[in-house]
Amino acid sequence: MTLLKVENASRHFGSLVAVDKVSLNVEEGELRAIIGPNGAGKTTFFNLISGLVTPTAGKIIFKGEDVTHLLPARRVWRGMARTFQITEIFPELTVRENLRIPVESAAGFRLSAWMSRAADEEVQARVAELMQMCALDDKADRLVGELSHGDQRATEIMMALALKPSLLLLDEPTAGMGDQETYDITRLIRKLHKDQKLTIVLVEHDMRVVFHLADRIMVLAEGAMLAEGTPDEIAKNELVQAAYLGKAA
Amino acid sequence: MGQVNQKQAANVAIWLLLLTAPVWMGWIGGYTELGSRVLVNALAAMGLNILLGYTGVLSFGQAAYFGLGAYGTAMTIKYLVPSTMVGMVVGVLIGTAAAALIGPLIVRLRGVYFAMVTIAFGQVFYFITFRWYTVTGGDDGVNNWYRQPIDLGFVKLDILHSGVLFYYFILFFFAISLLLMAFVLRSPFGRTLLAIRENERRARFLGIPVERHIWLSFVISGFFCSIAGTLYALLNNFVDPRSLYWGLSGNFVIMAVLGGMRSFWGPLVGAVIFVVLQDYVSSMTENWESFIGLFFVLVVLFFPRGVLGIIRRRVTS
Repeated sequence: MTLLKVENASRHFGSLVAVDKVSLNVEEGELRAIIGPNGAGKTTFFNLISGLVTPTAGKIIFKGEDVTHLLPARRVWRGMARTFQITEIFPELTVRENLRIPVESAAGFRLSAWMSRAADEEVQARVAELMQMCALDDKADRLVGELSHGDQRATEIMMALALKPSLLLLDEPTAGMGDQETYDITRLIRKLHKDQKLTIVLVEHDMRVVFHLADRIMVLAEGAMLAEGTPDEIAKNELVQAAYLGKAA
Repeated sequence: MGQVNQKQAANVAIWLLLLTAPVWMGWIGGYTELGSRVLVNALAAMGLNILLGYTGVLSFGQAAYFGLGAYGTAMTIKYLVPSTMVGMVVGVLIGTAAAALIGPLIVRLRGVYFAMVTIAFGQVFYFITFRWYTVTGGDDGVNNWYRQPIDLGFVKLDILHSGVLFYYFILFFFAISLLLMAFVLRSPFGRTLLAIRENERRARFLGIPVERHIWLSFVISGFFCSIAGTLYALLNNFVDPRSLYWGLSGNFVIMAVLGGMRSFWGPLVGAVIFVVLQDYVSSMTENWESFIGLFFVLVVLFFPRGVLGIIRRRVTS
């Protein structure tokens, strides 16, 4: 089943065309990577999907519903979660609190002034489980703002996961990370994809990560789609080599 | 666990100090009414701090809801029903309703714009009470009324003639308000406010409808400010338009920042310093405000987390 369908989405900023009639189909359980040189419009395209920016033209359809003009929070309620290129976390709260907020939000406690002991225990168990998944449990009561960049990125991914999303959008998950951290995050993403069958769309610069993880790859250049296919197809594609890989080599 | 125990010890100490204030205040040169004034101001500053310290938006107009509470109480007792409790209920309803109506108009604004528009709406209420002489008495305020004794059935509390009794009357409402406040702030809803303060974009992308929650925070803040306002009217047996003036809103902000807006008790500490300094210095010079201003500047420059911020740092390090 098609989980996410983007139809000819465009976004103009004044005379600049950041995204130009890009279409995308993401099947349930797929891991899709979006690559492209700097300024190709990857992040804007991501923002269109998640609702940070509304498209000037085109449609975003999620689970068969047109969400083009829905606010971000409402897309979250329908099962979308995202991370950002520049980590967006709650720096002066602890790791535990950072994760507790999305767990409660997903469980529908946003407006509650009270929760039962059983519900509270359930929330705490879920938070503990999330912290364990990426080895943050020994830092549970530290302020997130004091942690290493890698741990902050991991926290943000866990916050998105805490929402129990059906579609996870990761904007350059390994940006600014060292080799070990990149390896850890890549392994985590792979695990989420393989074990939990989570549908993931990610924008990534690191080609090792992309070719290791992705089922299919979409290449953007100057706001438009240049190519789409399996990692093998993309690696062989001459257009892509010329526009992108060629320059890098 | 050590930190939890320390917190509990601090809570017990604060409540004990407040409960015994009429006894010990005399020993250090204070008087009971000063204690009442501290509580009223502290409640308003703590109400404001729900917005400032917990939600991360600066309102410079909370005196409007404080003043509406005060006017609601005064005019009810004077013209409608000579009952303290009815007056309080009406005052709180009016103040909270006003906050609920103004809220939607400002929740999309941030930073300086939020602050400016809260001032503007506050001043609208100020000018209405100031100008509408036939109803509000204008600059003369609402006078010639008195808080009424409370009849509990088995005993009649003469809060008008006993200052100590009235102090405990205020402390009772102060305590209930703080319990409610702590309850809300420690709830899942309270955590969504922290989320908005810390990172609005992240909060949005965790499914929190930010505007709606800021509106709720504004209404809750207005509710507590109007409770403080009703008590203020009862304390003075008088209200005038200054109780809605934006300068008073500014005082509440100063109290919260002075004491420490990131701690629950911060605004109380700020209110103690502010009210006592005001009382003490104003008996020596008319320029008491410049002393408070100087003190405020020094605290903000050297201890941006307020007085409690310093203490907390000492304790944890």
